Amino acid sequence: MPIFNIDFETMPREGLSAIQLRRLQTTIDRVYATVPFYKKSFDAAGITPADIKSLDDLEKIPFTTKQDLRDNYPYDMFAVPMEQVVRIHASSGTTGRPTVVGYTRRDIESWAELMARSLSAAGAGSGDIIHNAFGYGLFTGGLGAHYGAERLGASVIPVSGGNTRRQITIMKDFKPTILCGTPSYILHLAEVADEMGVDFKDLFFKAGIFGAEPWTESMRIELETKLHLKAVDIYGLSEVIGPGVSIECHEEQKGLHVFEDHFIVEIIDPETGETLPHGTPGELVFTSITKEAFPVIRYRTRDISSLDPTPCTCGRTHIRMSKPAGRTDDMLIIRGVNVFPSQIESVLMESKKTLPHYQLEVDRKDNLDTLTVKVEIDEGLFSDDIKTLQIMENKIAMDIKETLGVSAKVRLVEPKAIERSQGKAVRVIDKRNV
Amino acid sequence: MLAEQISIFIENKEGRLAEVTAILRDADVNIRALSLADTTDFGVLRLIVNNNDAAEQALKKEGFTVGRTKVLAVEVTDEPGGLNKVLDPLWMQNVNVEYMYAFANPQCKNAIMVFRFDDHEKALEILEQKQIKVISAEQISSL
Repeated sequence: MPIFNIDFETMPREGLSAIQLRRLQTTIDRVYATVPFYKKSFDAAGITPADIKSLDDLEKIPFTTKQDLRDNYPYDMFAVPMEQVVRIHASSGTTGRPTVVGYTRRDIESWAELMARSLSAAGAGSGDIIHNAFGYGLFTGGLGAHYGAERLGASVIPVSGGNTRRQITIMKDFKPTILCGTPSYILHLAEVADEMGVDFKDLFFKAGIFGAEPWTESMRIELETKLHLKAVDIYGLSEVIGPGVSIECHEEQKGLHVFEDHFIVEIIDPETGETLPHGTPGELVFTSITKEAFPVIRYRTRDISSLDPTPCTCGRTHIRMSKPAGRTDDMLIIRGVNVFPSQIESVLMESKKTLPHYQLEVDRKDNLDTLTVKVEIDEGLFSDDIKTLQIMENKIAMDIKETLGVSAKVRLVEPKAIERSQGKAVRVIDKRNV
Repeated sequence: MLAEQISIFIENKEGRLAEVTAILRDADVNIRALSLADTTDFGVLRLIVNNNDAAEQALKKEGFTVGRTKVLAVEVTDEPGGLNKVLDPLWMQNVNVEYMYAFANPQCKNAIMVFRFDDHEKALEILEQKQIKVISAEQISSL
């Protein structure tokens, strides 16, 4: 499929950086003048908008956290008067007050463009029929994908979430070619289809765009085999804009291109707040540089990822973030080293080419943290030769040491030895009581 | 002429071996020979049984990881030097044993040694030259 906005999406780094700096400076000027929270936070850090002379100066600006947004509930983070706000969305607020975000007419247009770019990257075009199973409502998924599909010129079925059996009938009759939804709902949909005797092989999907929750490479394999389509990850959060902050291209399915002409992405150490070099996993931080109603400056997402600036075969020049596989809330500190379960997962993926079930067990013996990685054996890994199995254990331990800088004991365990909670393996057991 | 062994991954846990043998009993599978290689945490149980398919199916159904490996079963005479007669020509031509275990042939006084060599083809050739009796998979099932 062609690249939706070829000028911006394939722009060389120099041009991109120039645009980013100009847009960043404009955004900083605006929020400093219109949002009391930002003025206060810049003042407290001893910074004025004039101090932002290069993209590197972004590091000087304080972070914005979820708590900051909650403290300014509902409208105090808006940078335009309500007369200019044409849409309001909100996060669910299951862990506290909901976060309220607003959009001007131009924000809605930018968002539609970003979603059109995303659909296009997933392989969709104007001839496609899009089955949009993202929920419509305060949640940004449904309407975000909807406007993008219309902007692309595709036909969108605004089916939303729920009423699963009817969705399957629609899939059979309306013949949609692109499927959008949260991976967990889509897997549920696949189960119901199975009960109804409907095989996805006989449906018409070529690609699926799945997001709004983290999903793993093993889920990709499951989705692709069950649904007979190419599964592409989309990332976004309402605080930044909604879905369409970054997307995997269907050519590579390896890392999500962040639309850098609209957002500046950073990876930081969640403990120290230090900016981390490319390739090192840490917390994703976004700064919006085109938004009018609800700009965010260095917003801490708590999502764990890493950045890869190497050019992509799809032609896009925008930096890629690795599939977010966890949250900073899952972070373990083992002998002073930050460890995310997702990193162990990548090591296993890398060395074994499949993803076995695994579990990290952290304990403290004689005041020293110990990490045991339990790996469930399956037929792909099994050998009748004990030496081969021991070599495999040592190899995984060495790879973990090399990648994460922490020593681990690897233990092969029987299938199903790792407890599951609602079908998902429990990834971390921390016995340290600290 | 190769025989086939099934192997099972088991953790070092109380009663685990008994679970395996109970599953095999319930599937009406007879164990001819077995060997257990173990580390502190896990072991690999290698079995020669009368019905590999039934054994594999029953164990997989109970969630065990089961593998199949080609092995060489060789008849060894029950007398001093019996085993040495088999091993000498092999090591002299650089064929090495990865592991081995034995059981008594119920039909005569001889032992049957089960070998995993690093090179089965070469091993077979040498044993044939030396006219040492190799026992096929079919023969093992019908012992």
